[in-house]
Amino acid sequence: MTTIADYPALRRPEGFTQRSLGWVPWAPPVPEDELTEAQHDSLVEPGRATNPYFRLLARDPEALRARTLTDLDIFHNEDGGIPRWERELAAAAASRVNGCVFCASVHARAASRLSGRGDDVQRLLDEGVGARVDERWDAIADASAALTVTPSAFGAEHVERLRAAGLDDAGILDQISGAAFFNWANRLMLSLGEPEVV
Amino acid sequence: MSHDVIDHLAEITAGSRLDTIRRARPDARENAQQSFLALLEPADPGELSLGDRYAVAAYVALLHDAQGAPTRSSAFYLELLDDAAAPGVTASVRRAADAGRASGPYGGYREPALQREAVAGPVARVDRSVLGERLAAALEHAHLLVLHPRDARPEALRALTAAGWGPDALVSLSQLVAFLSFQLRLVHGLRVLAAAAPDAPASAALASATALEEARA
Repeated sequence: MTTIADYPALRRPEGFTQRSLGWVPWAPPVPEDELTEAQHDSLVEPGRATNPYFRLLARDPEALRARTLTDLDIFHNEDGGIPRWERELAAAAASRVNGCVFCASVHARAASRLSGRGDDVQRLLDEGVGARVDERWDAIADASAALTVTPSAFGAEHVERLRAAGLDDAGILDQISGAAFFNWANRLMLSLGEPEVV
Repeated sequence: MSHDVIDHLAEITAGSRLDTIRRARPDARENAQQSFLALLEPADPGELSLGDRYAVAAYVALLHDAQGAPTRSSAFYLELLDDAAAPGVTASVRRAADAGRASGPYGGYREPALQREAVAGPVARVDRSVLGERLAAALEHAHLLVLHPRDARPEALRALTAAGWGPDALVSLSQLVAFLSFQLRLVHGLRVLAAAAPDAPASAALASATALEEARA
C-alpha cells in the first residue's frame, strides 16, 4: 500500500509569513529519474522536476499541465485588467481566509515585490483580510474573501464597490479569477503536504 | 450549448460583454476547459472511474450551494452523474451533501500563532450502504477539502489508501475537488458580474439624473 509520510521533526512555521518556505509532500512524488515524457511535459517549466509538489501532481499530467497554464495566464497576462500585484493581493487574501500558510507566503511576497507595499501586505497576514488599507485595496480583499467562503458571499455589492474603486469589468474578472484560482491551489497545498521553514 | 463548460454554466453567449472579457485571457479560458476535460472526461480515467468522478463532482457542487434548490452548476453535475450511475447513487450523493452542508472555511491550525483563529465545524461521515467504501471515503475527503481544508493531515490520505485508492488516484481526486472549487467560484463570480449593469454605472446614473433635471427644468 502507498506510504504516506509524517514529518515529526519538521521545522514548522509559527504563523503567516512573507519568508520563503519549503513544502514537504505526504503522498509520494514521482521520483525525478522515473518521470515519463508526458509527466515531464506536464511540468511546463523543466526546472520544476526538482520540486516535489510538481512531481507529485505529475501523477495526473494532463490535469497538472492545464492547471499550470490556467495559473500563468491569470497572474501574468498583462493585456488589460488590473495590475499584477492586485491579482497577487486577491490570491493572498483567499489564501489568508482558507488558512494556507504556504500559498499566502508566496503570494504575499509577490504582492509586496510588485507593489513595494510590504508593510500593508504584512498587515493582511498579521490582522487578516479585515485589515483596512485603502478603498481599492479593501474592495479587492473583501471581494476575494467573499468569493472564498462557502457558500459564496460574493454579490452585486462587491461588483459595485470594485467599480467605484476604479476597476473595469476586465479588472473585476482578474480579481475573481485570482481569488478563485487560489481556492484551487490552496486545497492542493493544504491537503497533499505541509510547509517547512528553510 | 457552448462547448466551453464555464460559459455554459455562467450562461455567457458568444459575442457578449463577458465573452469578450474572458477571451482577453485566452490561455486561462482554454485551460480551464482542458482541466474540466482532464478531470471529468479523461481518455484514461485510471482507478478513478468516470462514475466516481461524476459522483464527487455532484457532491462538491451541492456542498457549495446555499440551502435550497440546486444551482445551474449543481444541476449540471447531477445530470452527468444520473446518466452514468447505478440506481440509488444520485439520491445517496444528494443525501450525503444535504447532511454535509456547512459554512466554510473552518478548521484548526498547526501553527502556534494561529491557534486562536481555529473555528470548529463538522467532519463528514458518509453512509457506505449504496456508495461503497471507496466512493464514500472519496466523498469524505472531498468534504474536508471543500469546507475545512486546513484540517487536512497525513491521516486523511491514509484513510483514502486504506479504502483502496492508489497514489495516482489520490492526486486525481485532490485535483478534481480543488479544480471544482475554482470553477464553481469563477462561474458564480461571472454570473454576478453578468447580472450587474455594464461598466461605469455611477457616471451613467449621474448623466441620466442630469438629463432628468434638465427635462424638468
